[in-house]
Amino acid sequence: MRLTLWIPLMLFALFAGLAGYQLTQPKNEFVESQMLGKPLPAFDLRPANLGQPGASLADFKDGKPKLLNIWASWCLPCIAEAPHLERLKDAGVDIVGVAIRDRPQDVARFLAQHGNPYSRIGADDLSVIQLEIGSSGVPETFVIDGQGIIRHQHIGDVRAGDVPKLLQKLEEAK
Amino acid sequence: MRALILFIAALCVSPVLAQQSLPPAPLAYQQLSDPAQEAAALALMHTLRCLKCQSQSIADSDAPMAGDMRHQVRSRIAAGEEPEAIRAWLVQRYGDYVSYAPTVSSTTWPLFAVPLVLLLIAGGILWSRIGRKPKNAGEAT
Repeated sequence: MRLTLWIPLMLFALFAGLAGYQLTQPKNEFVESQMLGKPLPAFDLRPANLGQPGASLADFKDGKPKLLNIWASWCLPCIAEAPHLERLKDAGVDIVGVAIRDRPQDVARFLAQHGNPYSRIGADDLSVIQLEIGSSGVPETFVIDGQGIIRHQHIGDVRAGDVPKLLQKLEEAK
Repeated sequence: MRALILFIAALCVSPVLAQQSLPPAPLAYQQLSDPAQEAAALALMHTLRCLKCQSQSIADSDAPMAGDMRHQVRSRIAAGEEPEAIRAWLVQRYGDYVSYAPTVSSTTWPLFAVPLVLLLIAGGILWSRIGRKPKNAGEAT
């Protein structure tokens, strides 16, 4: 009987301990796309940058893996990732850009300032492609294989350490 | 006086790097003309999570991405799509996280089962205490 009196206190301690433990665990604030392994939707985006082609599904079906980079000229981390995208481009990677809610003059200014690693850039004015592929912010980078299947998602800006990983994912997508 | 002029001038400055340089999506802040459709859209928007500002529904959020999601919801409802089909479309892309409406799944079933179990236990305890009482009371008096 005396032992059963302790049960509520033990239960309380258990809950408090569990809550305390969970508070110390790092929180994953990234919403990961559930579209990995699934094909890109059909889309055809107008050019976001004058003098450069827009982007469509057909561009991803030429048999070669590519990077699909979701970015915007108003996005600050996109400035940070620009040099690393340039390195990927120098390594021979075909990077297709999708500019979210952007005007051609802003896109041109950004590219003039921070470099243009893109082979083509589509303008996604209503975040339609972004929502279709399960991307929840800018910047995000997807590895798309030669058949247009989404193979890998990188959330946030591409940093120096991410370059070899993305190159490896592109190799795996071949 | 100078401070006042500076203050008014400060109000007129537009943010250099706003989150969007384009106007919001057509149906982000524009209600549907059919009240029944708008009500269905609004009910759905209140149960979809804004992905940018993760503790708000897309109906509550002014984030541009939430506006684009509202545009999707309203234009799909206007096209005759069922609200639950739109929810399923988003869940397919972002997982259960995007929906505020709880569903029973392999990870969430304890949320539904535990209250039932607790009710049963509480009922059992009550039954064993109160149900026996008249007999005990009768013995006592």
